[in-house]
Amino acid sequence: MKLLNRSLLYLSISFFFIIGIWSVIFYINLKDEIRDSIDDGLENNKLLLIQKVATDSTLLLQREFGGNNFEIHPIDRITALQVRDVYKDTLMYRQNEDDMEPVRILHSAFANDGKYYRIKIISSLVEEDDLLEDAFWSVVWLFFILVASIILINNLILRRVWNPFHELVARLRKFRLEKDTTAISVKTTTPEFLELQQAANALIRHSQEAFLSQKQFTENASHELQTPLAVISNKLELLLESETLNSKDAQTVAEVIQMAERMVQLNKSLLLLAKIENKQFDEPTSIGINSLLEETLTHFEDYIKYRNIEISKKFQNSITVFIDPSLARILVSNLIKNAVFHNIENGHIQLFLEGSKMTVCNAGSNKALNPEIVFQRFQKDANNNQSTGLGLAVCKAVCEFYDIPISYYYNEGEHCFVIDFTKIAKVL
Amino acid sequence: MKILIVEDGKELRETLVNSLEKDHYLVETAEDFKSAFEKIGLYDYDCILLDIMLPGGSGLELLQDLKKNGKSENVIIISAKNSLDDKLVGLELGADDYLTKPFHIAELNARIKAVLRRKQQDGKDTLDVGNLLLDLNERMLYIAGETVRLNRKEFDILNYFLLNKNRLITKSALAEYVWGDHIDQADNFDFIYYQIKNLRKKLLDAQASIQIESVYGVGYKLLEP
Repeated sequence: MKLLNRSLLYLSISFFFIIGIWSVIFYINLKDEIRDSIDDGLENNKLLLIQKVATDSTLLLQREFGGNNFEIHPIDRITALQVRDVYKDTLMYRQNEDDMEPVRILHSAFANDGKYYRIKIISSLVEEDDLLEDAFWSVVWLFFILVASIILINNLILRRVWNPFHELVARLRKFRLEKDTTAISVKTTTPEFLELQQAANALIRHSQEAFLSQKQFTENASHELQTPLAVISNKLELLLESETLNSKDAQTVAEVIQMAERMVQLNKSLLLLAKIENKQFDEPTSIGINSLLEETLTHFEDYIKYRNIEISKKFQNSITVFIDPSLARILVSNLIKNAVFHNIENGHIQLFLEGSKMTVCNAGSNKALNPEIVFQRFQKDANNNQSTGLGLAVCKAVCEFYDIPISYYYNEGEHCFVIDFTKIAKVL
Repeated sequence: MKILIVEDGKELRETLVNSLEKDHYLVETAEDFKSAFEKIGLYDYDCILLDIMLPGGSGLELLQDLKKNGKSENVIIISAKNSLDDKLVGLELGADDYLTKPFHIAELNARIKAVLRRKQQDGKDTLDVGNLLLDLNERMLYIAGETVRLNRKEFDILNYFLLNKNRLITKSALAEYVWGDHIDQADNFDFIYYQIKNLRKKLLDAQASIQIESVYGVGYKLLEP
C-alpha cells in the first residue's frame, strides 16, 4: 500500500473515532443545554403565572392545557408542601403532527389567597430523533469532507513534498558502481530527505571502496601470482627433463605441469578481466568486425579442421565499430573460441552480421545454458575441465565497458550469442 | 656463449640458470640494479635477460645505458608486466625481444637462440642439426641435401624443436608458439598430435637423423643421437 494511501487510511480511522466520540459528547452537551434553557423558560413562566394569578383569578380555572401551556389544580396544603419543582420529559399528543411529541413539563405548586394549587407548565421540546438524525448526517458529511480534503491535499500539495524522495530513488536506481563516481545530490531542504541522501551517499562510498579494493585485489593477486606460477612451471619442466626421474614420477610431474599450466591460464584470464574492468584499455579506433572475424577464424583453423567443424558466414553488411583494438580482438576471439571449443565433433558454427548485430551460433550440447548465469565467472561446462570458465565473462566485461548488450539464446541444439554494436557502430 | 640474467626473484633466477646451463651456456647473474650495472660495465655478454622492475632502479635505465654503448641489441626483456608501453619503450631502446612472465622455458630458449644466431651468423639464417638444415629465410628444409616439403605449421613446429633440441617442449608451449595465444584454453591439444604425426612421417621418410619423442603425454622432445 502506498504511503499516501496508508496515511490516509490511518487518518480516516482516527477521524472516524475522534469525530464519533466528539459528536456523542457534543450531542449530549447540546441536549443538556437545550433542556437547561427550556427549564429556565418554564421557571420564568411559572413565576409570571403566579404573579398573573393574583390579579386574574380566572386563570385558576384552567384545568386542561387546551390552547395554553399550563394547567392548574387545587390541592390540599399538606400535599402542596410536599411538592418540589420537578422538570420531566413526557409525551403529548400534537394535533398538527398527529403524533405523540416530546414536551418538557414542570410540576410545581403555589399558594394563592390561602388556597393551594398544583401547576403543570409545558414547553415543546426539540424532537430528539430529528435532532439525532440531523446531527448524525452532519457528522457523516463532516467525516467525508475531511477525508476528501485529505486526499485532495495529499495529491495536490503533499505529492510535491515527496518529489525529492522520488528523485533520490530514481537516482539510486540508475546508479552504477562501475560508472558513476559522483555522490548523489538532490535539491531539498527537508532534513529527513537530506538524511536519507547522506545515508545513501555513505552507502555508495562504502560500496565503491569495496568495489575498488576488490578490483585491485584481483589485479594485484593475479599479478603477484605470476612469478611463483612461472617458477613452478619452469622448475617442473626442468624436473621432467631430469635423467634420474623414474617413469612413474615423471608421469606425476607431467600431470602437475598440466595443472600448473591451467593455473597460469586461469591467472592470465583473471588478470585480463581485472584490466578490462579497471579500464586499462581505452584507445578506441575504427575496427572492421568482418575482417576481424575472418582473421580470428584463421587462428583456430587447425582445431576447426581437426574437429571437422563447418563454418558458415552470413555477412549482410559491414560493421565498423569504434573500439579499443585489443578489446575488439579479445571480444571476438573469446566468442569464437567459445564456439569452437564447446562445439561437437562434425559440428558447425554460423556467423551472422546483420545491421549492427553480430551473432555467433554453434552446435553444442543439447541443453540450453542458463542465460542468467552464462556470462558469470567460472560458469563452465562440467565435461570440459580445461576451460577456465572465464571466456564469456571476459566478453561480458568488454561489452559492459562499452555499454553494448550481449545476450544468449538457445535454439534446437544451437547456442547463440548476440552482440548489438549499435552504440559504437557505423554500419556500412 | 655468455649470458647474464638480471632478475631479482631468487627462485626464477636459479631456475633460469639451471635451464641455461643444460644448454652449456656460461651463465652469470645479477640480482639488483647496482650489481647488474657493474657487470654490464665490466664484461661483454652474448645475451642479457633483463627484468624491468629491479631493486634499486629500473631495467629500462640499464637498457638506456647499454644502448649508449651500442650493446642493447642482445637484450631480452623479461617482465611480469604485460604492458604495451613498457614493451614499446624497451624495443625502442633497442632491446631485441620482450617476454612476459610467466613464460615457457622452451620459449625462452628459442628467443635466446634467435638473439645469438643473429649475432653470429652474419645474416645467414639457418639451423643445422644432424643431417637437417632449416633455412629460416627461405622457409625450406633440407635433409641430407634433399628438399623436404613442409606446410607452414610443420615448419614452425620443426623450427621450435630445433631451437630446443634435447629439451622438453610442453604441448602448451608448442601451441602458444605455433598457434599464438588463441589456443590457450584448448580442451585438448590432440590436434597438435596430428601435425606432429605428419612431421614425424616426413622426417622418417627422408631418413632424418633426428626424431621427435613424446614425453609422458605432456609434451615432446627432439632427440639428436
